[in-house]
Amino acid sequence: MTMTDSKPVGLYIHVPFCKSKCPYCDFYSVAMKPDTAECYVKEVIRRIREYNLIYDTVYFGGGTPSLLGSDRIAKILGSVYVTNDCEITVECNPSDICRENTELSFGKLRSCGVNRISMGLQSADDGERRSLGRRTGRNGIERAIRTVKAAGINNISLDIMLGIPGQTEDSLAATLGFCIESGVKHISAYILKIEENTFFGRNAEKLSLPDEDRTADFYLQTVETLGNAGFEQYEISNFALPGYESRHNLKYWNDEEYLGTGPAAHSFLGGKRFYFERNLEDYLGGAKPVSDGIGGTAEEYIMLILRLKKGLDYNSFKAKFGCEIPDEIKSFAALLAEKGLAQANENGFHFTPEGFLISNKLIYETISKLSLPGGH
Amino acid sequence: MAVNKDLIRNFCIIAHIDHGKSTLADRLLEKTNSVAIRDMTAQLLDKMDLERERGITIKAHPVKLNYLADDGKEYALNLIDTPGHVDFNYEVSRSLAACEGAILVVDATQGVEAQTLANTYLALDHDLEIIPVINKIDLASADPDRVAKEIEDVIGLDCSEAPRISAKTGINIEAVLEQIVKGIPAPQANDNLPCRALIFDSVYDSYKGVIVYVRIKEGRIRPGDTLRMMATGAEFTVVETGYMRAREPEPCSELTAGEVGYITASIKTVSNARVGDTITTVDNPASKPLPGYRKVNPMVFCGIYPADGADYENLRDALEKLQLNDAALSYEPESSGALGFGFRCGFLGLLHLEIIQERLEREYDLDLVTTIPSVIYRINLTDGSTIEIDNPTHYPDPGLISSCEEPFTDSHIYSPADYVGTIMELCQERRGIFKNMDYITPERVDIHYEMPLNEIIYDFFDSLKSRTKGYASFDYEIKDYRESKLVKLDVMLNGDVIDALSFIIHSDKAYAKARKIAERLKDNIPRQMFEIPIQIGIGGKIIARETVKAMRKDVLAKCYGGDITRKKKLLEKQKEGKKRMRHFGTVEVPQEAFMAVLKLDDND
Repeated sequence: MTMTDSKPVGLYIHVPFCKSKCPYCDFYSVAMKPDTAECYVKEVIRRIREYNLIYDTVYFGGGTPSLLGSDRIAKILGSVYVTNDCEITVECNPSDICRENTELSFGKLRSCGVNRISMGLQSADDGERRSLGRRTGRNGIERAIRTVKAAGINNISLDIMLGIPGQTEDSLAATLGFCIESGVKHISAYILKIEENTFFGRNAEKLSLPDEDRTADFYLQTVETLGNAGFEQYEISNFALPGYESRHNLKYWNDEEYLGTGPAAHSFLGGKRFYFERNLEDYLGGAKPVSDGIGGTAEEYIMLILRLKKGLDYNSFKAKFGCEIPDEIKSFAALLAEKGLAQANENGFHFTPEGFLISNKLIYETISKLSLPGGH
Repeated sequence: MAVNKDLIRNFCIIAHIDHGKSTLADRLLEKTNSVAIRDMTAQLLDKMDLERERGITIKAHPVKLNYLADDGKEYALNLIDTPGHVDFNYEVSRSLAACEGAILVVDATQGVEAQTLANTYLALDHDLEIIPVINKIDLASADPDRVAKEIEDVIGLDCSEAPRISAKTGINIEAVLEQIVKGIPAPQANDNLPCRALIFDSVYDSYKGVIVYVRIKEGRIRPGDTLRMMATGAEFTVVETGYMRAREPEPCSELTAGEVGYITASIKTVSNARVGDTITTVDNPASKPLPGYRKVNPMVFCGIYPADGADYENLRDALEKLQLNDAALSYEPESSGALGFGFRCGFLGLLHLEIIQERLEREYDLDLVTTIPSVIYRINLTDGSTIEIDNPTHYPDPGLISSCEEPFTDSHIYSPADYVGTIMELCQERRGIFKNMDYITPERVDIHYEMPLNEIIYDFFDSLKSRTKGYASFDYEIKDYRESKLVKLDVMLNGDVIDALSFIIHSDKAYAKARKIAERLKDNIPRQMFEIPIQIGIGGKIIARETVKAMRKDVLAKCYGGDITRKKKLLEKQKEGKKRMRHFGTVEVPQEAFMAVLKLDDND
């Protein structure tokens, strides 16, 4: 498959290595051996070269991309065609940054184009962090942020988690305060979801997890606190100072195309969705991606766009799909607005934070009213 | 070859439930070599799996046994197995009418029970010779002397000759066979009179059409004869006559007076060969039918709906097939805002209802929702007219009603005396009117109440059993209609009446019931997009309310690395979940919530 002269797309590189598994995480990762890492880098480069594409966002996710070290990341980036203003993000584990680590140089990363670092804080409370299996203490995180900034990378994002064992209104306030004061530009706040094949999933009944109502309250507290500090909620779980929204992640939600490479990475390219199986050996052995059907349908578009604060715009929808949004959806939007779950007018609607909280349900209801020919 | 009437014995076995009727029947089959031991599965005559599992007989199967008696003669013993439940009393009475005698089986550990008496009286009404048999003497707790005395005292049957047997282990079965030959009279029969044959049961067979089980009272029937059903007037030409054997039917050239056998005549449904009807021949018709025929009317009604609306046609086919074999089952289409399209079905009683429901689910693989059972109420309107309703949906505007009437029963409960207090409490709760109490023996009582049918059709029997550790037994018959303070309860979700949950109840019980229903719904309806008020009302007046809180959290927080698949799967899951829901406007109610309300019982 070769494409030339096309519009820039996103590139996602899944780095499937972790030092240890966090008890809540079900993303694909394995332990890293030096020669596997070399093979992996070679294979990623080979696979990216199969596509003659130009990228305006690159995102190293994982797993733990910082484990690869700056040389290997630079090597991969050296074989990727990027636009001048390309956003290049690398997810880092703070523990890889603060320990004596000759392999991870942010100066080197910056010089090869990396301009955005995303770090997992999860919580500013060390007890909560430990229960999530995170190794670094609060001080270590502060040090990591300083290190990244010192290298001249100011676009930093922190991940935090809501609804984790032992969390209280106060501990969350402290975590949010830490984020705001640390001078980062972007915060992702994810509600913990207990996944089946994780330590948490197997021990769910032993965890003292906040219930549905408290977790919902934590979420609303987060939206309010971050909003007051100038972080606008632009997606269900994402907050940014103006101009610092993640351009790469916005591609997913705007139903734009991207190439994903690495085991368990998903792609949306040439109107098709496909992904690699969760298996490093197969990936290294040249396994073909698995088809996941047609992308960019009206249904999918609505499902994704409603995750965004800007929400669904009826005219944009018509321009894209050539048909009107059904009246059933419009009156449903009005009903949601009446119940405080959305804001709606004649041009479109978007969810309020209360609506985001039950967005699975609301999105499903919206889509089920979409009886468009070719909607599937 | 002419049949010697003196060598025929027509008999049935009567007993209280679980006293060993079917086991004895099996043993008789075995002892007369009607069936090889290796072919025996417990309770051969109860052909339906359901009958075997529940240990009750639903259909009456006849079987002809050949027995070489001690007097050296070979007798033809026609055993007519009878249904063993109050719901099927009419069928029992028709089976009894086909016999000259009955074996009364009484459990040596339990003694005389409600249906022991009820069935005995029924048999005496038909002038049957009754042979008491005391069963289960192999059990450690058996007390045959006490039970024999009880039978003598309570029923007045001489038990000095009563065989003491164990049907389970086969002890003394020969004695039962000898008593049948000696104690039960041969039929009084005249082959030369115009034909009169009693239909005591019929079953549908997909190859032969309806197989009619008959007792020829007078005259004879041969293949080729044209028959007339005297009650329905339907006429058929006989294809085959024969005897029912344990393994397979045995065709014969004719059935003559005094005999029990079967007839096939290309009859399409059992409603053309109704239990109790008299068959005569068109060539030489009898002037009068045999006495005792009546058309059975359903007493208990409920709506049956497919859980998945797409199964409506399948449900109709299944009901049609079941009705081929069950003239007492009635059904007509109805629709409910809550449950969609389904059927209003009528049953003889609650057991009949449960059996039909179970057969639909098991044999036809249908997932069903059934509404709260109802009896037939008489509503006297202010304009002087009276309507009968079996469906709360048809309950008129309270302003148009001058009075309501409901059916009452004569109910007898037989129990060890220890439980009198708890039984009376239960009957009192069920609006029973105490009539009297007889001590059958110093330890056992017969408690007589008049109770509204609508209080016993639901879970009365279960409650009785659980409160008396299973020792009490129960029997009832419909007595009359009485004026009663009835109201209709409506359940509203988000302001809309859910028709399938409406029901008629005595006004004294309305408040407590309404509160329970509201709580039950609240506990079983998952949180929705919006807050949902649950209200229970009588007419426009709300007497109970609860609220289903709005859902707070249902979100996929992370759409990682562009993994849309996961998100799509989540939507698929929603779709699946939604399929199992019933929809009322924007409210979704899971099947379980309905079941939870419909199954509300005394213990809640």
